Amino acid sequence: MGEPILLIDGLTRRFGGVVAVSSVTLSVKKGEIVGLIGPNGAGKTTLVNLITGFVPKTAGRVVFEGADITQLASHQIARRGVARTFQIVQPFSEMTVLENVMAGALFAGQRSSIKNAVDRARYYLEFVGLDRFAQFPAADLSLANRKRLELAKSLAMEPRLLFLDEVNAGLNSGELKHALELIHKIAETGVTIVMIEHLLRFVVSVVHRLVVLHHGAMLSDGAPADVLQDPAVIKAYLGTKFAQRHKAELESQRLKYQEQVQQSS
Amino acid sequence: MPRRTTELLRGGALIVVATAVVLFGFGANNYQLQAGTTLAMAVVLCLAWNIVGGYMGYPSFGTAAFFGLGAYAGGIAQTYGLPMGLAWAAAALVGAVFAIVLGAILLRLRGHYFAIGTIAVVEVMREIANNWDALTGGAIGLSLPILAGSPRFAGIFFYLAMWALALLALLLTVAVARSKFGFGLRCIRQNEDAASMVGVDVFKFKVAAFVTSGIVIALAGAIYASMVGFIEPKDAFNILLSIEVPVMVMLGAAGTVLGPVIGAIVYVVLRELVWVNFINFHSAILGVIIVAVIYFIPKGLLREFSLTRWRKWTAPPAPAGQG
Amino acid sequence: MIAQYVANGLLIGSLYACLAVGFSLIYGVLNIINVLHGTFVVLGAYMTIYCAQLLGISPLISALVGCAVMFVFGYLVQRLLINEVVAAPVFISFTLIFGLDLLVNNAMIQGFTATPRSLLVDYGSISLFGLSLSVARLGAMALALVLTGALYWLLRHSQMGRAIIAVRMDRHAAALLGIRVPRVYAITFGIGALMAAAAGGALALVYPITPLLSGVFLGKSFVICVLGGLGSVPGALVGGLALGMLESFGTIVFGSQWSTTVGFVLMLLVLVLRPTGLAGRKGYE
Repeated sequence: MGEPILLIDGLTRRFGGVVAVSSVTLSVKKGEIVGLIGPNGAGKTTLVNLITGFVPKTAGRVVFEGADITQLASHQIARRGVARTFQIVQPFSEMTVLENVMAGALFAGQRSSIKNAVDRARYYLEFVGLDRFAQFPAADLSLANRKRLELAKSLAMEPRLLFLDEVNAGLNSGELKHALELIHKIAETGVTIVMIEHLLRFVVSVVHRLVVLHHGAMLSDGAPADVLQDPAVIKAYLGTKFAQRHKAELESQRLKYQEQVQQSS
Repeated sequence: MPRRTTELLRGGALIVVATAVVLFGFGANNYQLQAGTTLAMAVVLCLAWNIVGGYMGYPSFGTAAFFGLGAYAGGIAQTYGLPMGLAWAAAALVGAVFAIVLGAILLRLRGHYFAIGTIAVVEVMREIANNWDALTGGAIGLSLPILAGSPRFAGIFFYLAMWALALLALLLTVAVARSKFGFGLRCIRQNEDAASMVGVDVFKFKVAAFVTSGIVIALAGAIYASMVGFIEPKDAFNILLSIEVPVMVMLGAAGTVLGPVIGAIVYVVLRELVWVNFINFHSAILGVIIVAVIYFIPKGLLREFSLTRWRKWTAPPAPAGQG
Repeated sequence: MIAQYVANGLLIGSLYACLAVGFSLIYGVLNIINVLHGTFVVLGAYMTIYCAQLLGISPLISALVGCAVMFVFGYLVQRLLINEVVAAPVFISFTLIFGLDLLVNNAMIQGFTATPRSLLVDYGSISLFGLSLSVARLGAMALALVLTGALYWLLRHSQMGRAIIAVRMDRHAAALLGIRVPRVYAITFGIGALMAAAAGGALALVYPITPLLSGVFLGKSFVICVLGGLGSVPGALVGGLALGMLESFGTIVFGSQWSTTVGFVLMLLVLVLRPTGLAGRKGYE
């Protein structure tokens, strides 16, 4: 973990009197895994939409790998190495699973020939464990597999920064375990990950850092154990019962985190 | 069958068909030549429309706008003394510029609004042609210089020219279908936002498709104008053309390489038979055909009766037990 | 004199509003472009003309008879034919209805021939504010406005009207609430046909009608709806009056042969710059 890969400064999104994202400033270091949490409507997905150019910005700056990408269009940002998954998965439903992943490789990843894209796509399908479904229509997959397809498509874009938007919503415990392993696997390849999540127990076991958004503004930012004990966060989001109930568990997480920090340094 | 062999077979088939078309041209009588040229033109228009309407999924009713534009551009160039070949090239250029300008404006619209926008363009173009007497000859029409040589020579010449354009359009379609560009168009059709997020420069692709389609349609218009020797606004900018072409492509199967060709052939043959026998009810029968196609063959002949579909019917069900 | 042009614009504008409101409603509720609209107008006009000329019934009653017949016709057409493609992409529904229109229009031309017919009644003219206004035109304007107003009232205050508005806002939610959406569709389409017939009847009082005009009526409806906003009655009113004024004054500036073109160009501009229309209602995709 080193220098910052992403810098956001005063990012704001206002439309029709509603302030969805209010002057968020944040930096993400290369190789970090950051959890983005907060109540519904806090602006988490909007923040990701702003950074990836999906939605126009009212104010603020975004700097990725040292270059100002504030004014770039979403496809240009995608080509620079920023990928994201959608909360409601958006496959190319008339295409096969393989073709869906090829799209990522063709237009943002290696960006070479179709033949090359086929090879890259097969590689990433294997990575997420969907290789036996390569020829099936994307529309025929189960929800869990569609989420994996979305992930494979994003990975084929060979991003250096990956935003995961609620990849775990709707998964059962077995599927969650696989998802966790997959995220670790991705992080090991050096990709910086920012994940929007509701399942706190899940998030806490995987991230280095937590950022809490509330009503579009940043509420807290720091190590998971600290953030979850932050009285402002408890008041706005967690509730005291949750904080007390999980105090012990969070302590053990805290120790595990410290171990990780010591190991990597 | 190995890929190499299918490719060779396809290439071989194309050469055989092309040769047959040429030979037919030299042996046919005048009526057959005319019918053959009409068929070629339908094939050209369908293949061109298919790029924007089939692969990219944008319901364009603007075919008549480009066709008329090409006819008038080529026609006006010829009346100013430009040799035919150059006039056609001029028409193609005008078509390209028009596509860029129009595309930049209209391609921001989606669905219904795009459709309405393209119709409006056809209407406006026709009215401009009707009223701008000095440039277009107005409602009275424009006469073009006749090609030197016998009528038979002219007949064969334009027959071959139109079929050459059809071949060009076919090769273009194959190139698009197999390229990154075609892949991107298909992504745009299915989900424009996801395409953008995956790195597709959606705007550039949309305009490129529009331009490719527009140039071919404009060329068809220019050749048509030179062939008939006289054009008027209500023929050149005929909204019926804008409706027939998508119907033909839909009949064959939109978004495929051969679909437009098959649709054009079936439709033109049907139309010729109907016209000969029921001239008073021509448009009513066209209406019936349209309704029948949409109700009974919505996916197009190529897809409803394809070998793969048969295999799908008899194949095992979709992946079960996705753990 | 400016005032005369304004008056003309208002007179024809009211007819235009009535012309477009049915088209707009169908678009708003069923989300399809009713290419049969122009043909409906001509049919309504013909029915009015025949009732009045052959049966000797007063023009007003004839118009209402035409409306009733067209309502039934529209209801059946939607229920039997169009309902299949109501949820399909615009390209399919548009082309299908265009096909139906070709059928009906061709039948009309064969049946009625293309000779223009009209119900030119001369009730004289009256003098108002120093302007000379034909009574027939005023009558047509009154008919158009009354029916449009009645439609607006119906939508707000009757149960069926509220159901229609509910379906327009969200057809799935409406279905979940127990509203029978296909029936609402059919009734709305019938109403659209009714309003078209009303417009046809009103127009028959002031212009000669032929089946070849169906395209013109359809085109004007397009323009009016885009100008005023697709899917709303007030929008159709705004758009209709706007087009009426535009054509009235446009004749001075551009000459009458350009009036249709100016309308279409304006429509294109609005489409591109402000797709929700001048009245600012939410534009439907």
